[in-house]
Amino acid sequence: MKRFFPILSILTAILLAYALYQALVVVPTDALQGDVYRIIYYHVPSAWTAFLLFLINFVASIIYLIRRSPKVDIVALVCAEVGVVFCTVVLVTGPIWARPVWGIWWAPGDIRLTSTLVLWLIYVSYLVLRRFSTSAQTQVLAAALAVFGALDVPLVYFSIWFFRTQHPQPVIGGGGSMDPRMLRVLLINWLAFLCFAFLVCWSRYRLEVLHREVDQAHALESLAGAGMAEKASLPLSRSAP
Amino acid sequence: MNSLWAVTLATLKKDIRLEWRSKDALNSMLFFSLLVVVIFAFAFDPLAEESRHIAGGLIWVAFLFAAVVALNQTWARELRNQVLDAYRVSPAPANALFLAKAVGNFIFVSVLEALMTPLFVVFYNLHVLGPAWQLIPIALLGTWALVVNGTFFAAMSLRTRSREIMLPLLLFPISIPAVLGMVAGTTAVLTGDNPAHFYIVLLLTYDVVFTTACLLLFETILHAE
Repeated sequence: MKRFFPILSILTAILLAYALYQALVVVPTDALQGDVYRIIYYHVPSAWTAFLLFLINFVASIIYLIRRSPKVDIVALVCAEVGVVFCTVVLVTGPIWARPVWGIWWAPGDIRLTSTLVLWLIYVSYLVLRRFSTSAQTQVLAAALAVFGALDVPLVYFSIWFFRTQHPQPVIGGGGSMDPRMLRVLLINWLAFLCFAFLVCWSRYRLEVLHREVDQAHALESLAGAGMAEKASLPLSRSAP
Repeated sequence: MNSLWAVTLATLKKDIRLEWRSKDALNSMLFFSLLVVVIFAFAFDPLAEESRHIAGGLIWVAFLFAAVVALNQTWARELRNQVLDAYRVSPAPANALFLAKAVGNFIFVSVLEALMTPLFVVFYNLHVLGPAWQLIPIALLGTWALVVNGTFFAAMSLRTRSREIMLPLLLFPISIPAVLGMVAGTTAVLTGDNPAHFYIVLLLTYDVVFTTACLLLFETILHAE
């Protein structure tokens, strides 16, 4: 498996460069928005990748709650971490695009904006829990929180959807059709981002596995050390009644 | 089933008796939300018409923060003398403990709301324009939405560093749809501009979904040590 890592890295780098070239040079400029629309090739693939990673996190969390396999837990952790990074990219590129096009940085009533923000908040709290927990069973707590977060998402979407229909706000042109050339570049970019995300997840997974092995070795070592100390102190405690 | 209700009732009685004698949670919540009300009144100094639009938000933010004060104390009491550990090894159903704690918190926060609402009316010169009775289901469902998840996450954050900070960090993101339902529903009733039915349905859905999730997962959380 390890042999494929450099090959995949090179392929991903080439694909990312090709996607960037396509997005910035080849694809035609939008008739209404001008060049600023090109941020879509970063914004939308990041969003799709983040949502996919969060979905994997949810599935892995459920499997973990049933099977309690440590590997599945590492998958959940890794997907949450990388997903938060991609989601941050979405939340940063969104306002950069919205400012010239909508005239505002942020539309609090917009459904996709707000649900993405809430999703981001939920997963940040997930990572905070994992960082702050002192329990030996952090994985169980985190998996339960992931389930709660996933249950929350449809409710968030539903509530804002109704909220918005009462308070009309500018919305991304839903229902509009896209030039096939643009769609093609969008999909190429998504593929490049997926490869990149997979690559990062993979190395993070290996890192986490090593991390846990080292932790375990340390724990065993200190246990062995404690055992020896106990033995060493035995004659002393006997000789001092 | 019988033992579930028996244990729930016994734990609930114990908690209410403890609270009645110490009044720790209720006093700290009351004073806390009073402070929030006074500070907001200074910060905004609204006219009657404006206050109708912002009061829904203010009132629920005050209750949300105050509820966190009570929720943080829910389990702390059981940690002393290893009560929670004793509970873990006892054959009593875990959900009974959860239900008792959640209902207890619900009662405390409801009492707080009943006491604080008149103060809000006085401070902000509120005059309800919509059907006022709808505020009751909004308040009941909204309070349950806060305390059911709050009790669960308080149990979850027991085994974390800086536990008191952890609870709002976990609770607030998940509570966003519920808070939106409470605030928007209350504002809808106060201003009488649009019907609040949707928000009541939203809160009801939220309550059903998360009460089920809490009951299904609480045992796992309780034993995750």
